[in-house]
Amino acid sequence: MAPTRAHPTSTRPQAAGTRPETAQTPTTHARAAAPRRRFLRTLGAGAATLLALDVLESLAAAPAAAAPPAAAPAPATTPGPPAPPAGGSDAAPHDVLVRMRADLKRALRKPATQRRWAMVIDLRKCVGCSACTIACVAENKLPPGVVYRPVVEEEIGTYPHVTRRFLPRPCMQCDNPPCVPVCPVAATYKRPDGIVAIDYDRCIGCRYCIVACPYNARTFDAGERYTDGTPEVSPVERLPAFEYGQRRTRQHDTSPVGNARKCHFCIHRLEAGLLPACVSTCIGRATYFGDASDPDSLVSELVARPNVMRLKEELGTQPRVYYLL
Amino acid sequence: MKRALYVLWAVAFALGAWGVWERLTLGHRLAGYGSYVVWGLWVSAYIYLVGLSAGAFLLSSLVYVFGLQRLERIGKLALFTAIVTLLVALLSIWFDLGHMARFYKVFTSPNFSSMMAWMIWLYTAYFVLLLAEGYLVFRPDLVRWSRDPARTPMQRAVARWLTLGRTALDAATLAAERRAVRVLGTVGVPLAVAFHGGVGALFATVSAKLYWHQSIVPILFLTGALVSGGGLLTAMVAFAWAPRDDAWRELTRVLGRLLLVLVLVDVLLEWAEFSIPLWYGTSPEGHLLRQVLWGPYWWVFWIVHLGLGTAIPVALLVAHGRDPVAVGTAGLLVAVTFMSVRLNVVIPAQLEPALRGLERAFVGPRLVFQYAPTVHEWLVTLFVLAVGAALLWLGSRVLPLIDGKEVAR
Repeated sequence: MAPTRAHPTSTRPQAAGTRPETAQTPTTHARAAAPRRRFLRTLGAGAATLLALDVLESLAAAPAAAAPPAAAPAPATTPGPPAPPAGGSDAAPHDVLVRMRADLKRALRKPATQRRWAMVIDLRKCVGCSACTIACVAENKLPPGVVYRPVVEEEIGTYPHVTRRFLPRPCMQCDNPPCVPVCPVAATYKRPDGIVAIDYDRCIGCRYCIVACPYNARTFDAGERYTDGTPEVSPVERLPAFEYGQRRTRQHDTSPVGNARKCHFCIHRLEAGLLPACVSTCIGRATYFGDASDPDSLVSELVARPNVMRLKEELGTQPRVYYLL
Repeated sequence: MKRALYVLWAVAFALGAWGVWERLTLGHRLAGYGSYVVWGLWVSAYIYLVGLSAGAFLLSSLVYVFGLQRLERIGKLALFTAIVTLLVALLSIWFDLGHMARFYKVFTSPNFSSMMAWMIWLYTAYFVLLLAEGYLVFRPDLVRWSRDPARTPMQRAVARWLTLGRTALDAATLAAERRAVRVLGTVGVPLAVAFHGGVGALFATVSAKLYWHQSIVPILFLTGALVSGGGLLTAMVAFAWAPRDDAWRELTRVLGRLLLVLVLVDVLLEWAEFSIPLWYGTSPEGHLLRQVLWGPYWWVFWIVHLGLGTAIPVALLVAHGRDPVAVGTAGLLVAVTFMSVRLNVVIPAQLEPALRGLERAFVGPRLVFQYAPTVHEWLVTLFVLAVGAALLWLGSRVLPLIDGKEVAR
């Protein structure tokens, strides 16, 4: 299901403190509204001959009708590398993955410093299957004790009125990250694209950043393997991972063993034009990803919804992961 | 008695060395800490030992800065204890690092927004100051030892080497050195306060852990340092002092009084620490404090800390303040049991999931909000303590820790 475009942002009520700063800047706002205004002007001129009732009806329908031109440009008309063919092996033409891949390609054509990655997780769609957790473990070859994106389950109510809530918890990639200033050797840092990264070769393994994270989003690689103590270490556990675009095979005492580790929005996949593993594998399409500095991206639309929230907003960490309730 | 102690030490050292071998070959795999409780026994031992160092140093400054003559004779012992406890504290935290070989990066690529970087640089400055002050304080006696035929050839050789070739003993040199010691000691007091307050602030500045995120925490670290360091010095003077004369009796009495005051002040601050968040029962960190008081490790607080570490020493100091053995026992109890306070600082804060239900979200032995030190961790800590004991013993053999003429006036 592709989310439909909402009313023009200028007329929509906003949830205080939940909008990303990029959507609030006048320039991006104007850029977003321009095609719509042109469209409305044409529409208005053509409708001048119509009855007043008809005019009102067409104006009322305009925002919905305006969606296709304002949404992601079609691959055929866009310069640069073509987007994956719609209706590919894992995505139907109307699948949000198609839109998000196009958003991603568009973002990659911008200078790296102008991208602002953001993730939106729709809690109403999450069924708690943990496919994202496992996809992440497989993608990044995570060992025992290390997890980047657990799905937190909560049971609410008492029988017979019981519901469950599922809350996937990646790294929030905070704009004001408490884990970054605490690092004694500056091994963890905020990238211009918003991702909080770790320099594995600089990290001394003091774990101060882990205690400083208010989301428990960092874990420690103690050097274990799932197949320790079995006759053979699984070949899978001897495969390299490609976090941060670096090829690393886990071995005793060499990084990332002994380091703090965390979700990095699969930077290595992003830079190859792929969505993060958790996004691609979400069976309910509950996780959205994209460039929040691009007003035409899906995430930019979603973070302006009234039902958006962020975890522990009161701490002032400014997470770049948003939840839809 | 002495022989039994040597045997005990040898056993402790051998077991500890086994633990260190495990640590060096297997990394962190045998440790009980994991991804949610990331700091355990070794971090607790580190803050305990640096606390002893800061406490011992601040007490030595009573002699060298404030000229407290009644404590004059413990000046050198306090200074040497401060050096040794700092060294073994660093040993403990070194074993805790994920990458031991990268420790130098705290100097080559420091990040001064980090309270940990500040702490490291402050204790480096503090260590350099301790060595400089130690050299100046010990040098005149070392020169005398190097010429004293009553000393063994070994002691004379070590003393000569430790003087670094400066053998002048004339009044002008000694006076200049006394002034230098006073200046270093004076600089050292704010440095020791900043450094150990910095250790407390390392915890207190972490807003993610409400249990640590309290203004009183760095202050408690300082009083804790004075209490534990004072206890250790009192015990050392009471039990390991060579001339058991009237002066020794008087010294233990004064140290006992001082310790009593320090313990009572610490109890007062601790009352504030616990009573304020718990009073109305609605504070966000309240349940962690209740965990300390009534959780599975209740006995660490009530029996080890309040019973053995506070009530019994206070009773001994009040009722038998003139008996060196009672005072020494009180000091030993205070110093040893203070480790329980350090454990109760480090561990409880990490026992609470940041999000409710996280403890069941993705499970594994290292993804739990529980912690108890493993045998391996105890062995490594045993090694650290055995090294500390060996250094203190060595110091008592090659350094004029107790006898000889004091430099301060």
